[in-house]
Amino acid sequence: MIVDVENVSKRFGARTAVDRLTLQVPPGICFGLLGPNGAGKTTTMRMVYGATRPTSGAIRVFGLDISKNARAVRARLGVTLQQNVLIEALTPEENLRVFGRYHLLREPQLSQRVGELIELLELASHAKVPVKQLSGGFQRRLAIALSLMNRPELLILDEPTTGLDPAVRLALWGRIRELRAAGATVMLSTHYMDEAERLCDRVAIISAGRVVDHGPPAELIARHLAPEAVEIDCSPEEEALLLAGLGAPRHRMRVGGRIMVYLDNAAPLIDQIRRREPERLHSLVIRPANLEDVFLKLTGTMLEAGT
Amino acid sequence: MSVSAPHALAVWGRNASMYRRTWKRNILPNFFEPVFYLASIGLGVGAYITTMGGTSYLAFLAPGLVAVAAMNGASFEVTYNIYVRLHFEKAYDAMLTTPIEPDDVLAGEILWAITRGGIYGGCFFVVVTLAGLAPLPAALWALPLIPLTGLLFASVGMVFSLKIPEIDLFSFYFTLFLTPLFLFSDVFFPLQERLPEQWLWLGEALPLLHPVRLARAAFRGEASPILLWDLGYMLGLSALLLAWARRGVRNRLTN
Ligand SMILES: Nc1ncnc2c1ncn2[C@@H]1O[C@H](COP(=O)(O)OP(=O)(O)OP(=O)(O)O)[C@@H](O)[C@H]1O
Ligand SMILES: [Mg+2]
Repeated sequence: MIVDVENVSKRFGARTAVDRLTLQVPPGICFGLLGPNGAGKTTTMRMVYGATRPTSGAIRVFGLDISKNARAVRARLGVTLQQNVLIEALTPEENLRVFGRYHLLREPQLSQRVGELIELLELASHAKVPVKQLSGGFQRRLAIALSLMNRPELLILDEPTTGLDPAVRLALWGRIRELRAAGATVMLSTHYMDEAERLCDRVAIISAGRVVDHGPPAELIARHLAPEAVEIDCSPEEEALLLAGLGAPRHRMRVGGRIMVYLDNAAPLIDQIRRREPERLHSLVIRPANLEDVFLKLTGTMLEAGT
Repeated sequence: MSVSAPHALAVWGRNASMYRRTWKRNILPNFFEPVFYLASIGLGVGAYITTMGGTSYLAFLAPGLVAVAAMNGASFEVTYNIYVRLHFEKAYDAMLTTPIEPDDVLAGEILWAITRGGIYGGCFFVVVTLAGLAPLPAALWALPLIPLTGLLFASVGMVFSLKIPEIDLFSFYFTLFLTPLFLFSDVFFPLQERLPEQWLWLGEALPLLHPVRLARAAFRGEASPILLWDLGYMLGLSALLLAWARRGVRNRLTN
């Protein structure tokens, strides 16, 4: 295992941020950490690279106990923090140089690596402009470039694409796939379920510091929900009527004035709506159940927010 | 965990990279300040004093002010500037994603504070020398004192910063600690001559007293056994405080 988190808890005073959490990341995969705000994703990642000490439990990275080998472990991994930490007064090139020295790169390797990273993340156009004048997307790319400085075997990305436009996101996904293809292991957190579904070989859904379930996205979907999702506008009072005579669906969720029903076969429900209340059809969406549905089911956050 | 010198230098290097951009603007005031002090107090007040401790008042004043400059330079770094790096720039969050450890951060920051203290004190020394107040070559002995003073006040300030992490409380450190030190540590008048016998120990407890006495001895080219106590005090207190700061930095950075 590249990352082996065993029964780890972290308490900040009275608050338990991570609660007896266990997870394993095998080599060469992209592993997704999903969970609502405050679930403990960042805290878990910080413990993995040794920036936060667990209250209890054991963490091994590359087979090494992180509490005793932080320096050696961190020499082999890279981290993109949730919030960019850049030196705003300096240019991207200068930022890269400062960061390269944290990894003890010396000339001529330092300049060479800085040049490679500027090229890899397409930073050349603004490499000599102070960071504070750059767009959010550009700053994020620079933050990711920093985390690649030491050619990491393990890349830890805390919400790498939050706040990025679709084109930049797509480009970043491409980079992450390339890195994984080149043999790196990736551990990322995200609030975008489409991102997790497309990018991650395995995910763990955590809530209140605990792993609620984990596995490949497709397996999680199959395990928790019927394959066909029907979304339709419908008040709580109309719900019984809408679903009358169809047998109990395996799962349904409400988000405000909208209901989502998960079925093995959506056809009977669609037929029924077409016959009884055709005016509802304009709000109807039929789609495959996805990771977002599983996330909502397992963490329950949207359900509460909706009622 | 122990300090890795190259990693500590990388921490130092971050600060140096930022300072390099603005040093030309920042360094000028360092030259004006001593000129103002020497003109106002040395020439202005000094005009009413024929001799102090056997020299002109200006010559009495100069070595102490060099030590004060080193103290101030180092103190600003380990208070306000460290606060900014910790809370606003989150510099240490970034460092802790690399092989840099909290011990390296402490060592690098202390080294940087010494550097800044050295720049302040060095500028002061240059002005004092140009004014003919530093008899060469004897006064050159004051040069190693500048980083030593920086080390002492970097250590004191670091412990204070770790204890009191609110930025608005730093002004207390400057007005209630450093300013009285500045005024009562032998810089402006020979403290030992004004203190009653039974209070002499209190004077000896003041951290600034020791670099000032050492600097004055260097300027006069006179060695005496008490200087060993001064050196021992500076090194001993620095070591003690740094050992304490080590735990504090580790707890603060890896919470
Ligand atoms: N240094 C700290 N001191 C006190 N509480 C903390 C600290 N760091 C995190 N917490 C708390 O621990 C819990 C988990 O926080 P964490 O940042 O790990 O969540 P997250 O899953 O990353 O959330 P988000 O999606 O919002 O980034 C939260 O309740 C948070 O307030
Ligand atoms: Mg987070």
